[in-house]
Amino acid sequence: MLIRMEQRPEPSKSMVYVSPLIAVVLTILTAMVMFEIMGVDPVRAIVTFFIEPISSLNGFAELCVKATPLVLIGVGLSFGFQANVWNIGAEGQLTIGALAGGGLALAFYNDEFALLLPLMLIAGVAGGMAWAAIPALLKTRFNTNEILTSLMLTYVALLVLSYLVHGPWKDPDGQNFPESRLFNAAAMLPVLIEETRLNVGWLLALLVVAAGWVLMARHIIGFQIKVIGMAPMAASFAGYKEKRLVWLTLLISGGCAGLAGTIELSGAIGQIVPVISPGYGFTAIIVVFLGRLHPLGVLLAGLLMALTYLGGDSAQITMNLPNAVTGVFQGMLLFFLLASDVLIKYRFRLGAPSVAKEAGE
Amino acid sequence: MSMDWLVPALLTIITAATPLVFAAVGETVVEKAGVLNLGVEGMMIIGAIAAFATAVSTGSGLLAVVTGAAAGLALAFIFGVLTVYLQSNQVATGLALTIFGLGLSALIGHGYVGKTFPGLPKLDIPGLTTIPIVGPILFGQDGLVYLSVASVALVAWFLSRTRGGLLVRAVGENHDAAHSIGYSVTLIRMAAILFGGAMAGIGGAYLSLAYTPLWVENMTAGRGWIALALVVFASWKPWRGFFGAYLFGGITIIQLYAQGMGVEVSAQFLSMLPYLATVIVLVIISRDEAKARLNAPACLGKNFHASG
Repeated sequence: MLIRMEQRPEPSKSMVYVSPLIAVVLTILTAMVMFEIMGVDPVRAIVTFFIEPISSLNGFAELCVKATPLVLIGVGLSFGFQANVWNIGAEGQLTIGALAGGGLALAFYNDEFALLLPLMLIAGVAGGMAWAAIPALLKTRFNTNEILTSLMLTYVALLVLSYLVHGPWKDPDGQNFPESRLFNAAAMLPVLIEETRLNVGWLLALLVVAAGWVLMARHIIGFQIKVIGMAPMAASFAGYKEKRLVWLTLLISGGCAGLAGTIELSGAIGQIVPVISPGYGFTAIIVVFLGRLHPLGVLLAGLLMALTYLGGDSAQITMNLPNAVTGVFQGMLLFFLLASDVLIKYRFRLGAPSVAKEAGE
Repeated sequence: MSMDWLVPALLTIITAATPLVFAAVGETVVEKAGVLNLGVEGMMIIGAIAAFATAVSTGSGLLAVVTGAAAGLALAFIFGVLTVYLQSNQVATGLALTIFGLGLSALIGHGYVGKTFPGLPKLDIPGLTTIPIVGPILFGQDGLVYLSVASVALVAWFLSRTRGGLLVRAVGENHDAAHSIGYSVTLIRMAAILFGGAMAGIGGAYLSLAYTPLWVENMTAGRGWIALALVVFASWKPWRGFFGAYLFGGITIIQLYAQGMGVEVSAQFLSMLPYLATVIVLVIISRDEAKARLNAPACLGKNFHASG
């Protein structure tokens, strides 16, 4: 063979950070080829997708609004993914969290009191945690695969939402539209910049990033999570309680997703609607990998992924492209990232392996 | 009580079960080879749109099924290159496949919303198909239903009775041992992955050609994931997976007939049944940890690199 893959003596630290950049560049190049095939001017499409959306103050505010749920969920998931706990049902936890927080707003729709908003946020966290507690219980008690259970529960959660907005929670004065009443002012997160939708939710997301970073880098829990992910045997010898960490990582990720759901309602939407999230819970999975399972990386990756949502909208409006392009971009980015990650552990060499070197290995 | 409902009910069970049979039997082979491909949902949906687009533009059901299979296979090829050759994490790559498949299918399907296709032709043997009850069920199906049963029989036979099947199981149980006696782990796994992709593609094709012959975004609605659960439920045995799929078909039917029978439950709660049933089934099957581990291929989810 002319090119062969050779294991590095130890994983390359620089490649950990270079690989996402390679992935982004390859995604953009492939996207340009794709646009060319679709008969769209590739340069114009890329500008519409990645530059136009953030060339105004309002665009920039929208970027942060869209990044808020992605960053929140991403930070939560990064704990589980490090410990090999694969919660892929964040979309469902977001939905149940939103219903818990939003339900509270509806219950007090004509009582404006200052505590309403904090109570809603707490209810959102609790709702998301409760939904994530089901796969945690099933995994620790019955050894059930959390990937499948958390995903099945996502479908259940979306049906609960559909039931509520079409039934008991429908606005009684709303001409039969499947939407709830509008939340009152006390249930809405304060806006940070006038005339935009940028709200305090973004600051909460930044706070969670900071808390996540402290927990991961400076706390014994973060250390235990990393050990259990990298060397499960060592972790059990050290006496770390695996079941406790399964519970912990699922509750953290569920709580973050639930918080994201409530913030989405009380920051951006203002009522309960049939579709609360355009798949933030799934996109956050890409955010976690792109952000290298690190809270600060998740912040940057969340902003980039938020841009693909805005880009999809702007390409739909100005170029009449279907906004499904966003999903293709996101999937492609993750493919290229996973492929480039091979460079962390392996390097490519030209030519056949020398016998002497083989013997030495 | 009249039995008029029986035949339509059984026919609905068959149509609901068939896409699951295809996807589950394909994934059984993949997992037997030690590879966990979580991208079944993505491969199914891409199979569904590829088949539907072909059916609408050519009118040929056969060509549509072949295109569906090829589309699933193409996606599986990406998964194979990434996991088998580039050693990427199988869980993450499978998820990427699903996200990518859902996005790409929506992009391609954009122009096919609202188009229709008459559906696949059904077998009609004079004298046999008209036999009450048994006739329409055994002799009145479309080609894919028969193919699904045949593929289960073939895969069951292949895995347990042939040399090729032994090789697949060998790389799934102990890839280092299989490698050391001179078998190509990478090629065998790649072949299994491609087979799984083609089967998932046909399962998706069945959805858009026969189950509901039209294109709707996200029309797989989690069936790829249910198929994954079925493989675990069936302890990686093809025939058990087949019966599991029919069990799920039966649950789908409760959903359709409960309202007809005047049961006062919201449609949303009935739609939850297949997902809740999946969770319950998984709990029952995984409860006994030692037994669950014994059934699973030992190298499931582990990557292989020759020099490693």
